[in-house]
Amino acid sequence: MNAAKRIALARRVASDLWDGAYVNLGIGMPTEVANFVPEGIEVVYHSENGLLGIGPAPDTAHVDPDLINAGKHYVSLVPGAAIFDHATSFMMIRGGHIDIAVLGAYEVAANGDLANWSTGDDTRAPAVGGAMDLAVGARNVWVMMEHCSKEGAPRLLEACTYPLTAAACVNRIYTELAVIRIDNGFVVEDLADGVSLVDVQAKTGARLRPAGA
Amino acid sequence: MIDKRVASTHAALDGVRDGWTIAVGGFGDSGVPFELLDELLLSGVRDLTIVCNNAGSGDDALARLLDAGRVRKIVCSFPRSAGSVVFERLYAAKQIELELVPQGTLSERLRAGGAGIPAFYTPAGASTLLAAGKESRRFGATLCVMEKALVPDLALVRAESADRWGNLTYHRAARNFGPVMAAASRLTVAQVDRILELGALDPEAIVTPGIFVDRVVAVVR
Repeated sequence: MNAAKRIALARRVASDLWDGAYVNLGIGMPTEVANFVPEGIEVVYHSENGLLGIGPAPDTAHVDPDLINAGKHYVSLVPGAAIFDHATSFMMIRGGHIDIAVLGAYEVAANGDLANWSTGDDTRAPAVGGAMDLAVGARNVWVMMEHCSKEGAPRLLEACTYPLTAAACVNRIYTELAVIRIDNGFVVEDLADGVSLVDVQAKTGARLRPAGA
Repeated sequence: MIDKRVASTHAALDGVRDGWTIAVGGFGDSGVPFELLDELLLSGVRDLTIVCNNAGSGDDALARLLDAGRVRKIVCSFPRSAGSVVFERLYAAKQIELELVPQGTLSERLRAGGAGIPAFYTPAGASTLLAAGKESRRFGATLCVMEKALVPDLALVRAESADRWGNLTYHRAARNFGPVMAAASRLTVAQVDRILELGALDPEAIVTPGIFVDRVVAVVR
């Protein structure tokens, strides 16, 4: 996905955040959402290593090596921020206190199954981090992803081919082509400019229903 | 008189034995007790099981411990990251055993260990490959996996300030696994930037009470 499309996608996700939401942004593309929060609302960002109230990346003069996010990037704290240990951090996640987790994905199935931690490649060491806890614990799981693989294969499918992160956990999917709700299958809520439902269906491995149909 | 201060990292690791399970604090580079890990390497102990969120990066202290063949098994949520070349080489050569654990399950297994709870059920990992071989049970509509507490023989943690009773405060996100590892382990060693007079730490602000800590050593970084 090119930079302009990434920014448009981050802006689209950010436009659906609400005032007062506690939000966990996953590693990679989701972190860009923080740059586009609509003016006039307050969103509190959570990082699973033990921070609530993350602010923008600091300039080099204000870097603290002990102040990093889940992606190990330097961050700042906003007024009102809080610091806590890992067990407390995952209490917030698993206990349903985080309103929205925005995660990346390899594949999402029409029933909301999520695959985002392993491609099933046994030759490489696996890693999972907090993905499984976030997927089962956040009140809303939003996925932000490229609609198709680099080879053009659909990644929104009837059933995931990669190992699951969690079953039936995804509520919404944001891609460069469409915003899709999961409600007994894929329901298209919004299309990117110049994109038709037929275009998106051709690149999706399961049936799409238009919203309101 | 209670005095948990020790004079050196060498003295801090006195009595550590081959075959121990050792919890190592830190997330990325933040909160890693690098100097205690250096001392652990020097001590020559082997056949270790390391419990740590990450599996070392570049030639940092944990990577060197792995490279020296001292670690039999690692219990970890995110062993593969930019720079985890030593771990990945050992893993590919089947020279290290990996127990992959979701991050929240890792912290909760340690929390449970410190709290005297032998096992618990969590929805994280249910119906995934990481539930293989574990008891699964449904509570209402939620499928859960039984996970067992971790009670390491030793915790190595990094904090910011301590007093001679072992009370600890941390710096920013370096707190991460420190509190749960300190509480869970049979022997807890904290390296700190400074040791203050008893009473200098605000009781309201102490994060790890000294009851969970056995030895503190000041390390100039």
